[in-house]
Amino acid sequence: MAILVVAEHDNTSLKDATHKTVTAATKMGGDIDILVAGKGMKSVIAAAAKIDGVRAVIGVEHASLERQLAEAMETVVVGLMGNYDAVLAADTTTHKNYMPRVAAKLDVQQISSITGVESTDTFIRPIYAGNAMATVQSTDSKKVITVRTTAFAAAGESGSASTSDADSGIGALKSEFVGEELTKSDRPELTAAKTVISGGRGMGSGENFKLLEGIADKLGAAMGASRAAVDAGFVPNDWQVGQTGKSVAPQLYIAVGISGAIQHLAGMKDSKVIAAINKDEDAPIFQVADYGLVADLFKALPEFEAELEKAGV
Amino acid sequence: MKVLVPVKRVLDYNVKARVKSDKSGVDLSNVKMSMNPFDEIAVEEAVRLQEAGTATETIVVSIGPAKAQETIRTGLAMGMDRGVHVQTDDDLEPLAIAKMLKAVAEAEGADLIVMGKQAIDNDYGSTGGMLAALLDWPIGSAANSIAIDGGAITVVKEIDGGLQTVKLQMPALVTADLRLNEPRYASLPNIMKAKKKPIEAKTPADLGVDTAPRLKTLKVTEPAAREAGIKVEDAAQLVDKLKNEAGVI
Repeated sequence: MAILVVAEHDNTSLKDATHKTVTAATKMGGDIDILVAGKGMKSVIAAAAKIDGVRAVIGVEHASLERQLAEAMETVVVGLMGNYDAVLAADTTTHKNYMPRVAAKLDVQQISSITGVESTDTFIRPIYAGNAMATVQSTDSKKVITVRTTAFAAAGESGSASTSDADSGIGALKSEFVGEELTKSDRPELTAAKTVISGGRGMGSGENFKLLEGIADKLGAAMGASRAAVDAGFVPNDWQVGQTGKSVAPQLYIAVGISGAIQHLAGMKDSKVIAAINKDEDAPIFQVADYGLVADLFKALPEFEAELEKAGV
Repeated sequence: MKVLVPVKRVLDYNVKARVKSDKSGVDLSNVKMSMNPFDEIAVEEAVRLQEAGTATETIVVSIGPAKAQETIRTGLAMGMDRGVHVQTDDDLEPLAIAKMLKAVAEAEGADLIVMGKQAIDNDYGSTGGMLAALLDWPIGSAANSIAIDGGAITVVKEIDGGLQTVKLQMPALVTADLRLNEPRYASLPNIMKAKKKPIEAKTPADLGVDTAPRLKTLKVTEPAAREAGIKVEDAAQLVDKLKNEAGVI
Protein backbone atom coordinates (compact mmCIF):
# COMPACT_ATOMS: atom_id res chain seq x y z
CA MET A 1 0.00 0.00 0.00
CA ALA A 2 1.41 3.38 -1.01
CA ILE A 3 -0.20 6.57 0.27
CA LEU A 4 0.25 10.12 -0.96
CA VAL A 5 -0.36 12.94 1.55
CA VAL A 6 -0.73 16.43 0.12
CA ALA A 7 0.99 19.06 2.25
CA GLU A 8 -0.80 22.11 3.65
CA HIS A 9 1.55 25.09 3.38
CA ASP A 10 1.92 28.68 2.21
CA ASN A 11 5.19 28.18 0.26
CA THR A 12 7.13 29.35 3.32
CA SER A 13 6.01 27.20 6.20
CA LEU A 14 4.53 23.74 6.51
CA LYS A 15 1.24 23.69 8.42
CA ASP A 16 0.41 21.40 11.31
CA ALA A 17 -2.57 20.03 9.33
CA THR A 18 0.00 18.08 7.29
CA HIS A 19 1.38 16.32 10.38
CA LYS A 20 -2.16 15.36 11.43
CA THR A 21 -3.00 14.05 7.96
CA VAL A 22 0.16 11.92 8.08
CA THR A 23 -1.10 10.40 11.35
CA ALA A 24 -4.35 9.42 9.63
CA ALA A 25 -2.32 7.89 6.77
CA THR A 26 -0.15 5.99 9.25
CA LYS A 27 -3.26 4.33 10.66
CA MET A 28 -3.98 2.94 7.18
CA GLY A 29 -0.47 1.42 7.06
CA GLY A 30 1.97 1.34 4.16
CA ASP A 31 4.50 3.69 2.61
CA ILE A 32 3.70 7.38 2.99
CA ASP A 33 5.02 10.05 0.63
CA ILE A 34 4.26 13.77 0.89
CA LEU A 35 3.51 15.98 -2.09
CA VAL A 36 4.56 19.60 -1.70
CA ALA A 37 2.99 21.46 -4.62
CA GLY A 38 3.85 25.15 -4.70
CA LYS A 39 6.30 27.75 -5.87
CA GLY A 40 9.61 28.58 -4.18
CA MET A 41 8.78 26.17 -1.37
CA LYS A 42 12.20 24.65 -0.57
CA SER A 43 11.83 25.28 3.16
CA VAL A 44 8.48 23.46 3.14
CA ILE A 45 10.05 20.40 1.49
CA ALA A 46 12.79 20.36 4.12
CA ALA A 47 10.22 20.58 6.92
CA ALA A 48 8.05 17.84 5.40
CA ALA A 49 11.05 15.49 5.19
CA LYS A 50 11.31 15.61 8.99
CA ILE A 51 7.83 14.29 9.65
CA ASP A 52 7.88 10.85 11.30
CA GLY A 53 6.87 7.88 9.20
CA VAL A 54 7.36 9.54 5.82
CA ARG A 55 9.27 7.69 3.10
CA ALA A 56 9.77 10.44 0.53
CA VAL A 57 8.83 14.05 -0.19
CA ILE A 58 8.01 15.02 -3.75
CA GLY A 59 8.28 18.67 -4.71
CA VAL A 60 6.32 19.94 -7.71
CA GLU A 61 6.86 23.57 -8.65
CA HIS A 62 4.77 25.71 -11.01
CA ALA A 63 3.54 29.31 -11.04
CA SER A 64 -0.10 28.19 -10.82
CA LEU A 65 0.74 26.11 -7.74
CA GLU A 66 1.75 29.17 -5.74
CA ARG A 67 -1.93 29.52 -4.82
CA GLN A 68 -2.76 25.87 -5.49
CA LEU A 69 -5.38 26.55 -8.16
CA ALA A 70 -7.93 23.73 -8.37
CA GLU A 71 -7.25 22.70 -11.96
CA ALA A 72 -3.48 22.77 -11.44
CA MET A 73 -3.64 20.68 -8.27
CA GLU A 74 -5.94 18.20 -10.01
CA THR A 75 -3.38 17.70 -12.79
CA VAL A 76 -0.48 17.20 -10.39
CA VAL A 77 -2.23 14.79 -8.02
CA VAL A 78 -3.92 12.74 -10.76
CA GLY A 79 -0.54 12.54 -12.53
CA LEU A 80 1.06 10.99 -9.44
CA MET A 81 -1.77 8.60 -8.58
CA GLY A 82 -0.48 5.89 -10.91
CA ASN A 83 2.00 5.14 -8.12
CA TYR A 84 -0.38 5.29 -5.16
CA ASP A 85 -3.35 3.44 -3.70
CA ALA A 86 -4.66 6.39 -1.72
CA VAL A 87 -4.36 10.16 -1.48
CA LEU A 88 -5.07 12.03 1.75
CA ALA A 89 -5.32 15.77 2.39
CA ALA A 90 -6.63 17.93 5.23
CA ASP A 91 -10.23 19.12 4.86
CA THR A 92 -9.17 22.78 4.70
CA THR A 93 -10.46 25.10 1.97
CA THR A 94 -7.23 24.54 -0.02
CA HIS A 95 -7.81 20.83 -0.44
CA LYS A 96 -11.62 20.86 -0.50
CA ASN A 97 -11.13 22.96 -3.63
CA TYR A 98 -9.53 20.25 -5.77
CA MET A 99 -9.84 16.83 -4.08
CA PRO A 100 -13.32 16.19 -5.56
CA ARG A 101 -11.80 16.92 -8.99
CA VAL A 102 -9.13 14.30 -8.35
CA ALA A 103 -11.77 11.78 -7.26
CA ALA A 104 -13.91 12.40 -10.35
CA LYS A 105 -10.94 12.06 -12.71
CA LEU A 106 -9.97 8.77 -11.03
CA ASP A 107 -13.64 7.69 -11.10
CA VAL A 108 -13.80 7.09 -7.35
CA GLN A 109 -16.10 8.37 -4.61
CA GLN A 110 -14.29 10.77 -2.28
CA ILE A 111 -14.49 9.97 1.43
CA SER A 112 -14.78 13.38 3.04
CA SER A 113 -13.67 14.63 6.46
CA ILE A 114 -12.81 11.32 8.07
CA THR A 115 -12.44 11.28 11.85
CA GLY A 116 -11.34 7.67 12.17
CA VAL A 117 -9.51 4.95 10.27
CA GLU A 118 -10.78 1.40 10.84
CA SER A 119 -8.69 -0.33 8.17
CA THR A 120 -7.17 0.33 4.75
CA ASP A 121 -10.62 0.67 3.21
CA THR A 122 -12.97 1.51 6.11
CA PHE A 123 -13.36 4.93 7.66
CA ILE A 124 -15.53 6.87 10.10
CA ARG A 125 -16.94 10.22 9.04
CA PRO A 126 -19.47 12.60 10.58
CA ILE A 127 -22.71 13.25 8.69
CA TYR A 128 -25.63 15.56 9.48
CA ALA A 129 -23.38 18.10 11.18
CA GLY A 130 -21.87 15.41 13.36
CA ASN A 131 -25.24 14.25 14.68
CA ALA A 132 -24.47 10.84 13.24
CA MET A 133 -21.23 8.99 12.58
CA ALA A 134 -21.09 6.82 9.46
CA THR A 135 -18.70 3.91 9.09
CA VAL A 136 -18.11 3.46 5.36
CA GLN A 137 -16.15 0.92 3.38
CA SER A 138 -14.78 1.98 0.01
CA THR A 139 -14.95 -0.51 -2.85
CA ASP A 140 -12.91 1.75 -5.14
CA SER A 141 -9.44 0.53 -6.05
CA LYS A 142 -7.97 3.93 -5.18
CA LYS A 143 -9.06 6.03 -2.21
CA VAL A 144 -9.44 9.80 -2.23
CA ILE A 145 -9.78 11.03 1.35
CA THR A 146 -10.00 14.34 3.15
CA VAL A 147 -9.15 14.35 6.84
CA ARG A 148 -10.81 16.22 9.71
CA THR A 149 -7.51 17.16 11.30
CA THR A 150 -8.95 17.91 14.75
CA ALA A 151 -9.54 14.15 15.10
CA PHE A 152 -5.87 13.19 14.72
CA ALA A 153 -2.74 14.04 16.73
CA ALA A 154 0.19 15.60 14.87
CA ALA A 155 2.99 13.25 13.79
CA GLY A 156 6.41 14.02 15.27
CA GLU A 157 9.38 15.59 13.54
CA SER A 158 12.33 13.25 13.96
CA GLY A 159 12.27 11.68 10.52
CA SER A 160 14.55 12.07 7.54
CA ALA A 161 12.70 11.27 4.32
CA SER A 162 14.31 11.45 0.91
CA THR A 163 13.34 14.37 -1.34
CA SER A 164 12.91 14.62 -5.09
CA ASP A 165 11.30 16.83 -7.72
CA ALA A 166 8.66 15.88 -10.26
CA ASP A 167 7.29 17.63 -13.34
CA SER A 168 3.93 19.31 -12.87
CA GLY A 169 2.44 18.27 -16.20
CA ILE A 170 0.32 21.43 -16.03
CA GLY A 171 -0.87 22.73 -19.39
CA ALA A 172 -3.12 25.67 -20.27
CA LEU A 173 -5.53 26.54 -17.47
CA LYS A 174 -9.01 28.04 -17.64
CA SER A 175 -8.59 29.82 -14.33
CA GLU A 176 -6.18 32.38 -12.95
CA PHE A 177 -5.37 33.87 -9.57
CA VAL A 178 -6.33 37.54 -9.29
CA GLY A 179 -5.73 38.49 -5.68
CA GLU A 180 -6.04 37.62 -2.04
CA GLU A 181 -7.21 39.49 0.99
CA LEU A 182 -6.07 37.74 4.12
CA THR A 183 -7.36 38.75 7.51
CA LYS A 184 -4.40 40.31 9.29
CA SER A 185 -4.23 39.17 12.84
CA ASP A 186 -1.62 38.76 15.53
CA ARG A 187 -3.78 36.11 17.10
CA PRO A 188 -3.19 32.39 16.58
CA GLU A 189 -4.92 30.67 13.69
CA LEU A 190 -8.39 29.44 14.66
CA THR A 191 -7.90 25.74 13.94
CA ALA A 192 -4.46 25.62 15.59
CA ALA A 193 -5.14 27.74 18.69
CA LYS A 194 -4.96 26.24 22.20
CA THR A 195 -7.74 28.57 23.31
CA VAL A 196 -10.67 29.87 21.27
CA ILE A 197 -13.21 32.48 22.30
CA SER A 198 -16.27 32.74 20.08
CA GLY A 199 -19.21 35.09 19.98
CA GLY A 200 -22.71 34.46 18.71
CA ARG A 201 -25.84 36.38 17.86
CA GLY A 202 -26.07 37.44 21.49
CA MET A 203 -23.09 39.76 20.92
CA GLY A 204 -25.58 42.07 19.22
CA SER A 205 -23.14 43.75 16.83
CA GLY A 206 -19.68 43.49 15.28
CA GLU A 207 -18.62 46.42 17.45
CA ASN A 208 -19.40 44.41 20.59
CA PHE A 209 -16.88 41.73 19.58
CA LYS A 210 -14.34 44.21 21.02
CA LEU A 211 -15.52 42.94 24.41
CA LEU A 212 -13.89 39.60 23.52
CA GLU A 213 -10.60 41.10 22.36
CA GLY A 214 -9.12 41.94 25.74
CA ILE A 215 -9.92 38.43 26.95
CA ALA A 216 -8.48 36.89 23.79
CA ASP A 217 -5.30 38.95 24.32
CA LYS A 218 -4.93 37.74 27.89
CA LEU A 219 -5.50 34.10 26.98
CA GLY A 220 -3.57 34.14 23.70
CA ALA A 221 -6.81 32.95 22.14
CA ALA A 222 -8.06 32.87 18.57
CA MET A 223 -11.43 34.52 17.96
CA GLY A 224 -14.32 32.66 16.37
CA ALA A 225 -18.03 33.03 15.82
CA SER A 226 -21.22 31.12 15.27
CA ARG A 227 -22.90 31.04 11.87
CA ALA A 228 -25.61 33.31 13.27
CA ALA A 229 -23.00 35.99 14.01
CA VAL A 230 -21.55 35.62 10.50
CA ASP A 231 -25.02 35.70 8.94
CA ALA A 232 -25.77 38.87 10.86
CA GLY A 233 -22.61 40.42 9.37
CA PHE A 234 -20.90 40.91 12.75
CA VAL A 235 -17.63 39.22 11.72
CA PRO A 236 -15.96 37.69 8.63
CA ASN A 237 -16.93 34.23 7.41
CA ASP A 238 -13.50 32.76 8.11
CA TRP A 239 -14.27 33.13 11.83
CA GLN A 240 -17.13 30.68 11.50
CA VAL A 241 -16.98 27.56 13.67
CA GLY A 242 -19.40 24.78 12.84
CA GLN A 243 -20.73 22.41 10.21
CA THR A 244 -20.33 24.89 7.38
CA GLY A 245 -17.26 26.61 8.79
CA LYS A 246 -14.23 25.36 10.67
CA SER A 247 -13.81 22.52 13.11
CA VAL A 248 -11.78 23.30 16.17
CA ALA A 249 -10.66 21.22 19.16
CA PRO A 250 -8.72 23.54 21.46
CA GLN A 251 -7.82 22.96 25.12
CA LEU A 252 -10.37 25.63 26.05
CA TYR A 253 -13.35 26.86 24.05
CA ILE A 254 -15.30 29.81 25.41
CA ALA A 255 -18.72 30.34 23.84
CA VAL A 256 -20.23 33.76 24.49
CA GLY A 257 -23.80 34.62 23.52
CA ILE A 258 -23.99 31.40 21.51
CA SER A 259 -27.17 29.37 21.98
CA GLY A 260 -25.52 26.14 20.81
CA ALA A 261 -27.30 25.15 17.60
CA ILE A 262 -26.38 21.64 16.47
CA GLN A 263 -24.52 23.12 13.51
CA HIS A 264 -22.25 25.08 15.84
CA LEU A 265 -21.71 22.20 18.24
CA ALA A 266 -20.55 20.12 15.26
CA GLY A 267 -17.49 22.33 14.97
CA MET A 268 -16.40 22.60 18.60
CA LYS A 269 -17.69 19.75 20.72
CA ASP A 270 -14.35 17.94 20.60
CA SER A 271 -12.76 20.77 22.61
CA LYS A 272 -11.15 19.56 25.83
CA VAL A 273 -12.89 22.09 28.07
CA ILE A 274 -15.91 24.17 27.09
CA ALA A 275 -17.03 27.26 28.99
CA ALA A 276 -20.21 29.10 28.07
CA ILE A 277 -21.64 32.48 28.96
CA ASN A 278 -25.27 32.98 28.04
CA LYS A 279 -28.18 34.76 29.67
CA ASP A 280 -30.63 31.99 28.72
CA GLU A 281 -30.18 29.19 31.24
CA ASP A 282 -31.98 26.77 28.90
CA ALA A 283 -29.60 27.41 26.00
CA PRO A 284 -28.43 24.08 24.50
CA ILE A 285 -24.80 25.22 24.80
CA PHE A 286 -25.02 24.45 28.55
CA GLN A 287 -25.67 20.79 27.73
CA VAL A 288 -22.13 20.46 26.40
CA ALA A 289 -20.36 23.06 28.53
CA ASP A 290 -18.12 21.96 31.39
CA TYR A 291 -18.57 25.36 33.01
CA GLY A 292 -21.66 27.43 32.37
CA LEU A 293 -22.23 31.01 33.51
CA VAL A 294 -25.82 32.22 33.21
CA ALA A 295 -25.37 35.96 32.90
CA ASP A 296 -25.78 39.00 30.69
CA LEU A 297 -22.62 38.91 28.62
CA PHE A 298 -22.29 42.71 28.61
CA LYS A 299 -21.90 42.57 32.37
CA ALA A 300 -20.06 39.23 32.57
CA LEU A 301 -17.36 39.87 29.97
CA PRO A 302 -15.79 42.94 31.66
CA GLU A 303 -15.94 41.08 34.97
CA PHE A 304 -14.36 37.99 33.41
CA GLU A 305 -11.54 40.11 31.97
CA ALA A 306 -10.99 41.82 35.33
CA GLU A 307 -10.93 38.46 37.13
CA LEU A 308 -8.37 37.12 34.65
CA GLU A 309 -6.25 40.17 35.40
CA LYS A 310 -6.63 39.59 39.15
CA ALA A 311 -5.67 35.94 38.75
CA GLY A 312 -2.53 36.98 36.93
CA VAL A 313 -3.50 35.40 33.64
CA MET B 1 -26.44 32.74 -21.02
CA LYS B 2 -28.04 29.63 -19.59
CA VAL B 3 -27.67 29.03 -15.88
CA LEU B 4 -28.23 25.60 -14.33
CA VAL B 5 -28.80 25.20 -10.59
CA PRO B 6 -28.82 21.69 -9.09
CA VAL B 7 -30.74 21.47 -5.81
CA LYS B 8 -31.14 18.75 -3.18
CA ARG B 9 -34.03 17.90 -0.89
CA VAL B 10 -32.57 17.37 2.59
CA LEU B 11 -33.62 17.09 6.21
CA ASP B 12 -34.63 20.60 7.24
CA TYR B 13 -31.85 22.71 8.75
CA ASN B 14 -33.70 23.06 12.05
CA VAL B 15 -34.50 19.38 12.54
CA LYS B 16 -32.12 17.25 14.59
CA ALA B 17 -31.07 14.07 12.79
CA ARG B 18 -32.05 10.87 14.60
CA VAL B 19 -30.09 7.70 14.02
CA LYS B 20 -32.23 4.61 13.29
CA SER B 21 -32.17 1.93 15.97
CA ASP B 22 -30.87 -0.67 13.49
CA LYS B 23 -27.90 1.65 12.75
CA SER B 24 -28.66 1.60 9.03
CA GLY B 25 -28.87 5.36 8.67
CA VAL B 26 -30.73 8.49 9.72
CA ASP B 27 -34.51 8.32 10.13
CA LEU B 28 -36.15 10.46 7.45
CA SER B 29 -39.72 9.26 7.88
CA ASN B 30 -42.26 11.90 8.88
CA VAL B 31 -39.74 14.69 9.26
CA LYS B 32 -39.69 18.11 7.62
CA MET B 33 -37.61 18.20 4.44
CA SER B 34 -36.44 21.38 2.68
CA MET B 35 -34.14 22.62 -0.02
CA ASN B 36 -30.49 22.40 1.06
CA PRO B 37 -29.75 25.92 2.40
CA PHE B 38 -26.66 26.44 0.21
CA ASP B 39 -28.73 25.47 -2.84
CA GLU B 40 -31.24 28.19 -1.95
CA ILE B 41 -28.39 30.68 -2.11
CA ALA B 42 -27.43 29.26 -5.54
CA VAL B 43 -31.01 29.63 -6.78
CA GLU B 44 -31.12 33.21 -5.52
CA GLU B 45 -27.90 34.03 -7.36
CA ALA B 46 -29.25 32.61 -10.63
CA VAL B 47 -32.49 34.56 -10.29
CA ARG B 48 -30.52 37.74 -9.65
CA LEU B 49 -28.43 37.11 -12.77
CA GLN B 50 -31.64 36.83 -14.74
CA GLU B 51 -33.10 39.97 -13.18
CA ALA B 52 -29.88 41.79 -14.09
CA GLY B 53 -30.28 40.65 -17.70
CA THR B 54 -27.09 38.54 -17.56
CA ALA B 55 -28.85 35.17 -17.63
CA THR B 56 -31.32 34.45 -20.41
CA GLU B 57 -32.65 31.22 -18.97
CA THR B 58 -32.50 29.61 -15.54
CA ILE B 59 -33.05 25.89 -15.01
CA VAL B 60 -33.39 24.15 -11.66
CA VAL B 61 -32.58 20.42 -11.56
CA SER B 62 -33.01 17.91 -8.77
CA ILE B 63 -32.17 14.23 -8.57
CA GLY B 64 -34.25 12.35 -6.03
CA PRO B 65 -37.60 10.82 -5.12
CA ALA B 66 -41.00 12.01 -6.37
CA LYS B 67 -41.09 14.58 -3.57
CA ALA B 68 -37.96 16.27 -4.96
CA GLN B 69 -40.49 17.93 -7.27
CA GLU B 70 -41.54 20.07 -4.30
CA THR B 71 -37.95 21.26 -3.99
CA ILE B 72 -37.89 22.10 -7.70
CA ARG B 73 -41.18 24.02 -7.26
CA THR B 74 -39.53 26.02 -4.47
CA GLY B 75 -36.83 27.05 -6.94
CA LEU B 76 -39.44 27.89 -9.55
CA ALA B 77 -41.36 29.98 -7.01
CA MET B 78 -38.17 31.89 -6.24
CA GLY B 79 -37.99 32.79 -9.93
CA MET B 80 -36.27 30.02 -11.89
CA ASP B 81 -37.75 29.45 -15.37
CA ARG B 82 -38.20 25.70 -15.53
CA GLY B 83 -37.26 22.44 -13.87
CA VAL B 84 -35.71 19.07 -14.60
CA HIS B 85 -36.44 16.18 -12.27
CA VAL B 86 -34.39 12.99 -12.45
CA GLN B 87 -36.45 10.57 -10.42
CA THR B 88 -34.77 7.94 -8.26
CA ASP B 89 -35.45 6.54 -4.82
CA ASP B 90 -31.82 5.53 -4.29
CA ASP B 91 -29.62 7.58 -1.96
CA LEU B 92 -27.00 8.24 -4.61
CA GLU B 93 -23.40 9.24 -4.01
CA PRO B 94 -21.92 12.53 -5.25
CA LEU B 95 -19.99 10.77 -8.06
CA ALA B 96 -23.19 9.33 -9.59
CA ILE B 97 -25.00 12.64 -9.07
CA ALA B 98 -22.16 14.55 -10.74
CA LYS B 99 -22.24 12.19 -13.73
CA MET B 100 -25.98 12.71 -14.16
CA LEU B 101 -25.68 16.46 -13.75
CA LYS B 102 -22.97 16.45 -16.43
CA ALA B 103 -25.42 14.78 -18.81
CA VAL B 104 -28.11 17.35 -17.96
CA ALA B 105 -25.69 20.28 -18.31
CA GLU B 106 -24.55 19.07 -21.72
CA ALA B 107 -28.10 18.43 -22.93
CA GLU B 108 -29.14 21.91 -21.80
CA GLY B 109 -26.01 23.64 -23.12
CA ALA B 110 -25.46 25.38 -19.77
CA ASP B 111 -22.89 28.20 -19.63
CA LEU B 112 -22.82 28.50 -15.87
CA ILE B 113 -23.66 26.11 -13.06
CA VAL B 114 -24.26 27.54 -9.60
CA MET B 115 -24.78 25.08 -6.75
CA GLY B 116 -24.41 24.79 -2.99
CA LYS B 117 -20.90 24.14 -1.65
CA GLN B 118 -22.17 21.18 0.36
CA ALA B 119 -25.40 19.43 1.26
CA ILE B 120 -26.09 19.50 4.97
CA ASP B 121 -27.15 15.85 5.14
CA ASN B 122 -24.19 13.77 3.99
CA ASP B 123 -21.68 16.63 4.25
CA TYR B 124 -19.47 15.30 1.41
CA GLY B 125 -18.97 18.72 -0.19
CA SER B 126 -17.76 17.01 -3.34
CA THR B 127 -20.50 17.14 -5.99
CA GLY B 128 -19.55 20.59 -7.32
CA GLY B 129 -15.86 19.80 -7.70
CA MET B 130 -16.62 16.44 -9.31
CA LEU B 131 -19.07 17.96 -11.78
CA ALA B 132 -16.61 20.70 -12.77
CA ALA B 133 -13.87 18.12 -13.35
CA LEU B 134 -16.13 15.80 -15.39
CA LEU B 135 -17.07 18.78 -17.60
CA ASP B 136 -13.44 19.98 -17.67
CA TRP B 137 -14.68 23.35 -16.43
CA PRO B 138 -12.88 25.65 -14.01
CA ILE B 139 -14.40 26.03 -10.55
CA GLY B 140 -14.86 28.88 -8.13
CA SER B 141 -15.68 27.16 -4.86
CA ALA B 142 -17.23 28.71 -1.74
CA ALA B 143 -18.18 31.91 -3.55
CA ASN B 144 -18.61 35.12 -1.59
CA SER B 145 -19.44 37.18 -4.69
CA ILE B 146 -19.38 36.76 -8.46
CA ALA B 147 -19.11 39.15 -11.40
CA ILE B 148 -19.60 38.16 -15.04
CA ASP B 149 -17.82 40.10 -17.75
CA GLY B 150 -18.06 38.77 -21.31
CA GLY B 151 -16.69 35.26 -21.42
CA ALA B 152 -15.21 35.31 -17.95
CA ILE B 153 -16.47 35.16 -14.40
CA THR B 154 -14.61 36.63 -11.45
CA VAL B 155 -15.26 34.78 -8.22
CA VAL B 156 -14.33 36.00 -4.76
CA LYS B 157 -13.95 32.85 -2.68
CA GLU B 158 -14.09 32.22 1.05
CA ILE B 159 -10.79 30.62 2.08
CA ASP B 160 -9.26 29.83 5.46
CA GLY B 161 -7.81 33.13 6.58
CA GLY B 162 -9.74 35.46 4.28
CA LEU B 163 -10.83 35.91 0.69
CA GLN B 164 -9.28 34.89 -2.62
CA THR B 165 -10.23 36.15 -6.07
CA VAL B 166 -9.96 33.97 -9.16
CA LYS B 167 -10.98 34.62 -12.77
CA LEU B 168 -12.50 31.72 -14.68
CA GLN B 169 -13.17 31.26 -18.38
CA MET B 170 -16.80 30.38 -19.07
CA PRO B 171 -18.39 27.89 -19.09
CA ALA B 172 -17.67 27.59 -15.40
CA LEU B 173 -19.03 26.22 -12.15
CA VAL B 174 -19.47 28.16 -8.93
CA THR B 175 -20.33 26.75 -5.52
CA ALA B 176 -22.22 29.05 -3.19
CA ASP B 177 -21.11 29.93 0.32
CA LEU B 178 -23.11 31.62 3.03
CA ARG B 179 -22.43 35.26 2.23
CA LEU B 180 -23.04 35.15 -1.53
CA ASN B 181 -26.55 36.53 -0.96
CA GLU B 182 -29.60 36.27 1.22
CA PRO B 183 -32.24 34.12 -0.48
CA ARG B 184 -35.69 35.65 -0.93
CA TYR B 185 -38.93 34.18 0.32
CA ALA B 186 -41.22 33.19 -2.52
CA SER B 187 -44.33 35.37 -2.64
CA LEU B 188 -47.76 33.76 -2.82
CA PRO B 189 -48.40 34.93 -6.42
CA ASN B 190 -45.02 33.48 -7.43
CA ILE B 191 -45.80 30.21 -5.67
CA MET B 192 -49.04 30.04 -7.70
CA LYS B 193 -47.20 30.95 -10.89
CA ALA B 194 -44.59 28.26 -10.21
CA LYS B 195 -47.29 25.58 -10.35
CA LYS B 196 -47.68 26.28 -14.05
CA LYS B 197 -43.96 26.24 -14.87
CA PRO B 198 -42.81 23.08 -16.67
CA ILE B 199 -40.81 20.30 -15.00
CA GLU B 200 -39.27 17.78 -17.35
CA ALA B 201 -39.16 14.22 -15.97
CA LYS B 202 -36.13 11.99 -16.53
CA THR B 203 -34.67 8.80 -15.09
CA PRO B 204 -31.03 7.86 -14.37
CA ALA B 205 -31.35 5.35 -17.25
CA ASP B 206 -32.28 8.20 -19.65
CA LEU B 207 -28.98 9.81 -18.76
CA GLY B 208 -27.00 6.59 -19.28
CA VAL B 209 -25.22 6.76 -15.95
CA ASP B 210 -24.10 3.81 -13.83
CA THR B 211 -25.24 4.76 -10.33
CA ALA B 212 -23.88 1.75 -8.42
CA PRO B 213 -22.56 2.95 -5.04
CA ARG B 214 -18.83 2.88 -4.36
CA LEU B 215 -19.11 3.13 -0.61
CA LYS B 216 -20.81 0.61 1.64
CA THR B 217 -22.30 2.10 4.77
CA LEU B 218 -21.49 -0.48 7.42
CA LYS B 219 -23.25 1.37 10.22
CA VAL B 220 -24.47 4.77 11.33
CA THR B 221 -24.25 5.52 15.04
CA GLU B 222 -24.85 8.33 17.49
CA PRO B 223 -21.76 10.41 18.23
CA ALA B 224 -20.19 10.10 21.66
CA ALA B 225 -22.27 12.26 23.96
CA ARG B 226 -20.70 15.04 25.94
CA GLU B 227 -21.85 15.38 29.52
CA ALA B 228 -23.12 18.69 30.77
CA GLY B 229 -20.88 20.15 33.46
CA ILE B 230 -21.67 22.59 36.23
CA LYS B 231 -23.05 26.11 36.43
CA VAL B 232 -20.79 28.65 38.06
CA GLU B 233 -22.04 31.60 40.12
CA ASP B 234 -20.03 34.42 38.61
CA ALA B 235 -17.03 35.41 36.52
CA ALA B 236 -14.68 35.02 39.50
CA GLN B 237 -15.70 31.41 40.00
CA LEU B 238 -15.40 30.75 36.25
CA VAL B 239 -11.80 31.99 36.26
CA ASP B 240 -11.06 29.96 39.40
CA LYS B 241 -12.46 26.74 37.86
CA LEU B 242 -10.66 27.23 34.54
CA LYS B 243 -7.38 27.97 36.31
CA ASN B 244 -7.37 25.65 39.30
CA GLU B 245 -9.70 22.79 38.37
CA ALA B 246 -9.37 22.42 34.59
CA GLY B 247 -5.90 23.96 34.37
CA VAL B 248 -6.54 25.43 30.94
CA ILE B 249 -5.66 29.08 31.58
